[in-house]
Amino acid sequence: MVQVAMTVNGKAVSANVDSRTLLVQFLRENLRLTGTHVGCDTSQCGACVVHLDGKAIKSCTMLALACDGQQVTTIEGLAQGGKLHPMQQAFQDNHGLQCGYCTPGMIMTAIDLVSRKGNDLDETTIRHELEGNICRCTGYHNIVKSIAQGAREMAVQPQAAE
Amino acid sequence: MSATGLGASVKRKEDIRFITGKGRYVDDINRPGQAYAYFLRSPHAHATISSIDVAEAAASPGVVAVFTGQDVAADKVGGLICGWTIHSKDGSPMKAGGHPILAQGKVRYVGDHVAVVIADTLAQARDASEKIVVEYGVLPAVADPAKTVGAIAIHDAAPDNTAFNWHLGDKAATDAAFAGAAHVTKVDLVNNRLIPNPMEPRAAVGDYDSGTDSITLYTTSQNPHVARLVLSAFIGLAPEHKFRVIAPDVGGGFGSKIFIYAEETVCAWAARKIDRPVKWTSDRTEAFLSDAHGRDHVTHAELALDASGKVLGLRAHTIANMGAYLSTFASSIPTYLYATLLSGQYNIPAIYAEVDAVYTTTSPVDAYRGAGRPEAAFVIERLMELGARETGRDPAEFRRQNFVTVFPHQTPVIMAYDAGNFAGALDKALEHADYKGVAARKAASAAKGKLRGIGFSAFIEACGIAPSAAVGSLGAGVGLWESAEVRVNPIGTVEILTGSHSHGQGHETTFAQLVSDRLGISIDNVAIVHCATDKVQMGMGTYGSRSGAVGMSAISKALDKIEAKARKVAGHVLEAAESDIEFKDGKFTVKGTDKAIDFASVALQAYVAHKFNGQELEPGLKESAFWDPTNFTFPAGVHICEVEIDPDTGVTTVERYTAVDDFGKLINPMIVHGQVHGGIAQGIGQAMLEGARYDDDGQLVTASYMDYCMPRADNLPSFQVDTIETPCPSNPLGIKGCGEAGAIASPPAVINAITDALGHEDIAVPATPAAVWRAARKRGLRQAAE
Repeated sequence: MVQVAMTVNGKAVSANVDSRTLLVQFLRENLRLTGTHVGCDTSQCGACVVHLDGKAIKSCTMLALACDGQQVTTIEGLAQGGKLHPMQQAFQDNHGLQCGYCTPGMIMTAIDLVSRKGNDLDETTIRHELEGNICRCTGYHNIVKSIAQGAREMAVQPQAAE
Repeated sequence: MSATGLGASVKRKEDIRFITGKGRYVDDINRPGQAYAYFLRSPHAHATISSIDVAEAAASPGVVAVFTGQDVAADKVGGLICGWTIHSKDGSPMKAGGHPILAQGKVRYVGDHVAVVIADTLAQARDASEKIVVEYGVLPAVADPAKTVGAIAIHDAAPDNTAFNWHLGDKAATDAAFAGAAHVTKVDLVNNRLIPNPMEPRAAVGDYDSGTDSITLYTTSQNPHVARLVLSAFIGLAPEHKFRVIAPDVGGGFGSKIFIYAEETVCAWAARKIDRPVKWTSDRTEAFLSDAHGRDHVTHAELALDASGKVLGLRAHTIANMGAYLSTFASSIPTYLYATLLSGQYNIPAIYAEVDAVYTTTSPVDAYRGAGRPEAAFVIERLMELGARETGRDPAEFRRQNFVTVFPHQTPVIMAYDAGNFAGALDKALEHADYKGVAARKAASAAKGKLRGIGFSAFIEACGIAPSAAVGSLGAGVGLWESAEVRVNPIGTVEILTGSHSHGQGHETTFAQLVSDRLGISIDNVAIVHCATDKVQMGMGTYGSRSGAVGMSAISKALDKIEAKARKVAGHVLEAAESDIEFKDGKFTVKGTDKAIDFASVALQAYVAHKFNGQELEPGLKESAFWDPTNFTFPAGVHICEVEIDPDTGVTTVERYTAVDDFGKLINPMIVHGQVHGGIAQGIGQAMLEGARYDDDGQLVTASYMDYCMPRADNLPSFQVDTIETPCPSNPLGIKGCGEAGAIASPPAVINAITDALGHEDIAVPATPAAVWRAARKRGLRQAAE
């Protein structure tokens, strides 16, 4: 067992964990932040995407130990003061989710996409950038619409830095 | 129409918890003291087991117990069942091989359950499983459904590897129709095997309470009550009153979470054996191996036409791969959910279908989104397309010429279509798809060296499953009604208890819209309770696009009773005759006066019971109903797909996709469109990307997302989705169901488009770039395009 410490959603956390503990296990099992999901074994589905120091990563492919001392943001850390993040709101507005299982990873990926590609995203760009996030329910049609709206809204609603 | 009533695109109530990470799926649930299960699975497709030595595993760190088939047999735990009995042509019942929850002497597919290790942590269970020593006697694998004849028997109960040889329709009349035909169109089709892949893998937590001798099973189920019924009555884990099944938020199902599987059963059984909660969560490769697969038909079909282009008859012979065991509803899929739809949208006087259901050493095959109906649509819509091409007819007008136009219409294969407007959907679809412009678009593609094709699919399905007596007469072991209970609380809020289960369909919103519409209350004052057998008394769950047509009809019936009782209470409070009470927009008024009371106040009066005689009118406001449909419902529509192919690479893009569906009345158009989008994506996946592949040794070589191609966002276009509305006459809301339509309609639309682009060269599904490239070369189209 080894000690790991990091900041998750703005809160300092630490625990003794088995050294093979993955970040997603640390979040789900140790911190009970169960919004981050596991949908595959091969780093392809993207249900586990969180932000590490502000950048999207797949938490199923990262050891918790490797995140020692860093800042992690999960889906639970997006809404501020009871107000949804514009990307969360966009997913509801556009029916961008059905079963909800891929949704946290989609939203975390989408926010990262905006930070890399800006607020004016065309359909081709959004579809291409979602290569690492699989949804089985929506056919992506409304996810694409959601991300385009969320990106525009993020320009007018400034976000707290992660 | 109110802002939250029937027909309004109300934003979903359930979204808030999902977009904030507060959903509660089975793997999010942990029970105090829980142990973890890991299943040792067969690495062989077919083998006898001569011995299993678990001693070293059992002595490993953290291990609580190791169980094998011997322990299951010693406890007399029943095997998994198939709940629909099909009879062969000769009248004999299907030959169902035993399906133990842990192997007893033999394994029959890669992934079959050999032993379970239960330990304090999952890592310990997994590590210990590697120390189990199994002596296998490897037998030949039989993975190809067309090669089971003469192969080694997989089950003693079915020496010829055939579960049943079934047929439907009038053979003599159909043969006569073909004898008089001016043209016969023939096609050989493979309907590719698919793996459902809901994004949430299956999971279970078995929890035993020794104080009350009762079991709670948290499980990823589309139908928790059916799970309890089977686990209790057939497998014998505990009587129903001491057995609770809870299916909380479930991350998609598409059919694969209907079934009763070994893993969930073992968790519930083992929890009592070790007197600790037992948790199992499937990883993705386990899901590929052990979730029931879908489709996998090999079919030869023929269509008889007269000289004018009128369809005279259809005949089909299908080999249906059932996999290694008959899964929960497997036998009904290639029979009554398949051949009964072979008339499509067309007036076909004679139809005859034969189905050979065979065992192979592969994962069991059962319902996957559409379940039999996509297979039927693929047969009829490929035949119609080919029939049009072979006789030089426009594919749209050839279909129109043969549409059923008079309702009700009795097909030769059981179904009686009650209502529809097939030409209406076709007209609208042709307009949306700009059919008139297709020649110009083909020319534009050709000018840049590309091949463009257009394909039609005029599908019909039977949903609203199903009239209980009717399915009972066809072999179903259960009735397929639905239940509802409406509990009006004293302050006027409402809880709806439903036997339907939502795993992405948005029932918490759509069902609340019905209540809002009927009672004039806000949807925020309605809660939908749908996931636990101790809250909802009984129900049949969600599949077959049934929750609107059947589940909401039950709620509607219970609301009728609520309204009738509330009128009586209002009459007493307002001191008026019940017949003078009017109810509108949430208000009871006395006809011709300004005396009024709102619904919430009537609810309170029903509970305080001060204004009426409690012996004559029972206090309280709570009603229940069971709705048993009188007919199936018949969603139908026309889908048009347009593709462009690069003949140099075989890369095919879906350029336009148009869907015009008739789902009857819509509750929430936004949700309906979302269901159609998802179904189309799965159908395009089947047509172009997805396919389970077994090698000759019976190894599943597509058991991860690296090998099985799930549709990604950039494989798909945005879809143009619209509806027409022919209300369903057989239920009070006029709704038909929309959950499966996209997956049923789209595969033939896509393949018809691709073969159109390829100059009618046939192509196997999935039409991957490699397959398209080969087909284009075979046809010489690479040169032609240049």
